[in-house]
Amino acid sequence: MMPVELLVIGGGPAGLCAAIQAAEMGSRVMIVDRNNALGGQLVKQTHMFFGSEKQYASKRGFDIAKLLLDKIANLSNIEVLEATTVLGVYEDGVVTLEKNGSYLKVKPKAMVVATGASEKALAFPNNDLPGIYGAGAVQTLMNEYGVKPGNSVLMVGAGNIGLIVSYQLMQAGVKVEAIVEGGPQIGGYLVHASKVRRMGVPIYTQHTVKAAYGKEVLEGVTLCRLDDQWQQIPGTEFDVKADVVCISVGLTPLSELLWQAGCQMKYVNSLGGFVPYRDDNLQTSVKGIFVAGDVSGVEEASSAMVEGYLAGLSAASYLGYKIYNMNELKSDLLLQLDSLRHGPVGDRIRKGIAELRIINEAAASKEA
Amino acid sequence: MEDNTIVCRCSDLTLQDVRDLINKGYTSFDELKRISRIGMGPCQGRTCMQIVLRELSIATGKPISELSPGIFRPPVKPIKLGEIARHALEGGEVNHD
Repeated sequence: MMPVELLVIGGGPAGLCAAIQAAEMGSRVMIVDRNNALGGQLVKQTHMFFGSEKQYASKRGFDIAKLLLDKIANLSNIEVLEATTVLGVYEDGVVTLEKNGSYLKVKPKAMVVATGASEKALAFPNNDLPGIYGAGAVQTLMNEYGVKPGNSVLMVGAGNIGLIVSYQLMQAGVKVEAIVEGGPQIGGYLVHASKVRRMGVPIYTQHTVKAAYGKEVLEGVTLCRLDDQWQQIPGTEFDVKADVVCISVGLTPLSELLWQAGCQMKYVNSLGGFVPYRDDNLQTSVKGIFVAGDVSGVEEASSAMVEGYLAGLSAASYLGYKIYNMNELKSDLLLQLDSLRHGPVGDRIRKGIAELRIINEAAASKEA
Repeated sequence: MEDNTIVCRCSDLTLQDVRDLINKGYTSFDELKRISRIGMGPCQGRTCMQIVLRELSIATGKPISELSPGIFRPPVKPIKLGEIARHALEGGEVNHD
């Protein structure tokens, strides 16, 4: 059994920032990530970020990853375990890991769970034809591995991921036939939507995939219109030929480790699924277990990073490490989160989080 | 037509299979899991759960927030039994108290 002081699960934007903050306060940190390299989804984000300077706005995602990884490399009290998956979190606080097929156990004094989210699937006839991908998977193929997924794409979902991946597909020389959105409005930022519209890609709102077709592989998709109750309207079908469909209908938190740890959970639609109750310090109902990023509610990388710093600060402070300006730092991070959560989407996120708030110490009483 | 709408890629269950089981009275994720192995494959429910919960919600009239996603058990990814045994022996932590 390896004794570990602070275990950070997940090396994406939230986990990296949590590790940096806690290590800078003096804590000994172990970061575990199932991928071969740290950085999470940042490494494939070729677009510039919004937000303010504090969240590295106007920098591209992969540059932000580099910046954070440089900091990690300079902190000698951070140990990195790559290509390592956390298998389970047990009642006695033991965490089991798998690395290259071998089994390890660690016992951390505290942990930050920053496991992120996974892509939601969509049920339609022939949805298992080769050529039907999650949009995030296509982004990984293109931007991380340099593999072109196909020649003509139909994108399902006009949120930010759908819009950004459509643009990046065009940059890679792939034709985007259309973007389909079930809702009455484009979910993503208008600046991204305008960009793809200017390049001639139609965006069909209140439309969905009725069925995919193809013999051995995907050959095309039948689309149809939806009414205000999201029901398909007969007679409105039309075909779009494509060899790739990207599904981008939202993300859902990867919260299984929190369930295993016994954290109190709740389904909050605006946050993507089942998410943990937490206090202002991002501590869950299990003492010593903190959360940050998409696993605590699906948002963007900018807020994931701020939450990471906050969770790192809280975890280090829980372990007995202090810095002189801790309260100032904490209120600044809370302010940053507040300003990132503006507009109608931010309102829904804030309302969702309000449902999950643990207010007093008594609620956070279960030992980790 | 819905026969080729795949909900569970790991155990090859279609939307119709899931609806039939719900109609037979399996009205929680855990019950469906035990009768059909849905959520027990490599994805551990990460692909199918949201779709199944929505079907359960429609069938039972309960919002998803009132449905349980069932019990999550370790390991979340396959590990060889021999590896666990090796670790237990070499780690010297066979402890039967």
